[in-house]
Amino acid sequence: MAENIVEIDDDSFEKAVLKADNPVMVDFWAPWCGPCRAIGPIVEELEGVYGEKMNFVKVNVDENPLTPSKYGIKAIPTLIFFKNGEVAEQITGMVAKGKLEETIKGILQEG
Amino acid sequence: MVKTDYDVIIIGGGPAGLTAGMYAARARLNVVLFEKAAPGGQVIVTDWVENYPGFPEGITGYDLGEKMVTQAKTLGLPIESEEITAMTLSKDEKTIHLSSGRTVTTHTVIIASGASPRKLDVGEAKFMGKGVSFCATCDAPFFRDKVLVAVGGGDTAVQEAIYLTKFATKVYLVHRRDELRATKVLQERALKNDKIEMVWDSVVTGMDGFFSVEKVHLENLKTKAQSTIKADGCFIWVGTTPNTSYVKDSVKTDEGGFVFTDTHMETSVPGVYAVGDVRTTPLKQITTAVGDGAIATMSAEHFIENLKDVK
Repeated sequence: MAENIVEIDDDSFEKAVLKADNPVMVDFWAPWCGPCRAIGPIVEELEGVYGEKMNFVKVNVDENPLTPSKYGIKAIPTLIFFKNGEVAEQITGMVAKGKLEETIKGILQEG
Repeated sequence: MVKTDYDVIIIGGGPAGLTAGMYAARARLNVVLFEKAAPGGQVIVTDWVENYPGFPEGITGYDLGEKMVTQAKTLGLPIESEEITAMTLSKDEKTIHLSSGRTVTTHTVIIASGASPRKLDVGEAKFMGKGVSFCATCDAPFFRDKVLVAVGGGDTAVQEAIYLTKFATKVYLVHRRDELRATKVLQERALKNDKIEMVWDSVVTGMDGFFSVEKVHLENLKTKAQSTIKADGCFIWVGTTPNTSYVKDSVKTDEGGFVFTDTHMETSVPGVYAVGDVRTTPLKQITTAVGDGAIATMSAEHFIENLKDVK
């Protein structure tokens, strides 16, 4: 599990994600989801590299049903990249670190 | 003997690869394991494992996978996050190209990249994450009090369909034959589960929905009758396809892409081994995968000893 990634909830989502200055990667996860727990260290590693340019946060879908339902999430892990309050990219399921890093670079390059 | 970066490179961090790695680390071989995503393999999406010896109460797939990873690391196996892009295989030196741009050489390779759930290819791709799923433990809770379709008749399909009933009000288990292939104890549990309704002799031909799955279309293979089930999701467990895109031109595989091996786990290329779900094996289980891993490392060790003898 990603220990250094800030955990946000339904209430703080707007301020932390939609109104953030940086692009934000939101990791939708739950404690009962094996792949979510497995993907945690990869997200944390990437936060270490790109954390200054992109904010990394996570939402526990068990405790916060409103946000996942708003974005139509029916599968986890789901990673959604937000930019200026809009969904820029969405990745569902287990993903290779390389692919994830490519996506992050792509979003940062768009400026 | 040619000098290489490694004695053994293991590709894939599921139970087979991790076991091979434990044996290699204990044999003091110069070894590394490359995993493209997160170590653990398919076992981490399995809700419950009760046929792996040593856990009489059963254990969650995630916990078992995590224990294997911890054990391998404790025994000294380095695990690196890398994806293989290409490889060149000759008898005494194998060159592996990695997604990070690095190139490494090794005497032996153990292919343990496993398999991924097979798709139906009936248009489910556009509903991925929108009602279509291959992972009950991940996604079943999104379907509390909903109706689901599950597809398949093997161990995975039946075990996971039973898990779905913890959340769904009803699970239609669609299977192409008129009896299940799953092990008897699972069959008994499924058939006496009130929430599971068997749909025999049938296949899924398509699905519909505005934003997410709303309807699943079926065909009865015997009567050719078409029908539609109103369902909010469709979970698919119809076997696996091997993860061999990077290696299928280098070693002999069967029609499905699974890698041929001999009883020593050696492939058609000397010094290259395949273990676990990626190889042609009559049984794809955690128990058989770990056995493969142990044998492959022993074979690799012998192979390296022989290279030393040939000056």
